[in-house]
Amino acid sequence: MSANNGEIKKMMIILSKGTLENVYAAFVLANGARMEGIDAEVFFTFFGLEAIHKKKLSHLHVATVGNPAMHIPTMLGGLPGMEALASNMMKKEMEKIDMPDVQEFLDILSASGVKMWACKLAMDMFHYKKEDLFEGVEEVITVGDFYKKSEGEGVHMLFI
Amino acid sequence: MEKTIAGKSIAVNEEGYMTDFKQWDKSIGEALATEAEINLTPRHWDVLTYLQTEYRNEVPLSIRKIGKSGVVDIKEFYQLFPKAPLKTATKIAGIPKPASCI
Repeated sequence: MSANNGEIKKMMIILSKGTLENVYAAFVLANGARMEGIDAEVFFTFFGLEAIHKKKLSHLHVATVGNPAMHIPTMLGGLPGMEALASNMMKKEMEKIDMPDVQEFLDILSASGVKMWACKLAMDMFHYKKEDLFEGVEEVITVGDFYKKSEGEGVHMLFI
Repeated sequence: MEKTIAGKSIAVNEEGYMTDFKQWDKSIGEALATEAEINLTPRHWDVLTYLQTEYRNEVPLSIRKIGKSGVVDIKEFYQLFPKAPLKTATKIAGIPKPASCI
């Protein structure tokens, strides 16, 4: 194995969830990498595709059920409107700390040189087409293609 | 700590950021840019001047604000300062490294 002093050269982030908190985690990590001079690519798969689906990306929600850290009793979390309420509260807090919304964040990532890929298998499963996706998405690729793009020294992979 | 650059002595922290903006002048900016392997063009100066103005007005810097500045868009910002743009640009501008995650 060749030594590279542990320097991180590229982050390969796999986003498999479509809940707001997970989408933001992936976006902040990708953007943060670019700001440090580290390359970053995001592979959107399964529900993660919602974050790049033009008609869905502005309507993502936080999970109010099965999320103990929300401190909302599970029974209440399941009531109609709870997700929307919690999501709106979260969005307001995010705006206060200068956090962009999903669309603007995608534009920032794209302008920052973050490469975005959509998973072919998940695209087929949800019957999505490339045209349904945010323009900054490079291509629909297979998991094998993604591994190929992850080759090299100092490349780290992260599953969200 | 002290550092000698462009024939002048400046106070910097352990990461090389100037700790006293009053000591900064254009020749120091030029020398810091050379250290960062950046050739300053008028467009670079537009951005550096903008960053310094924001610093004087005590506005916290973020990549999002840069994009909305009307001075430079994010794409060009990355072209002007290719590696870690905000970190590099603030270092050359003689102002503190931004603490923002976005």
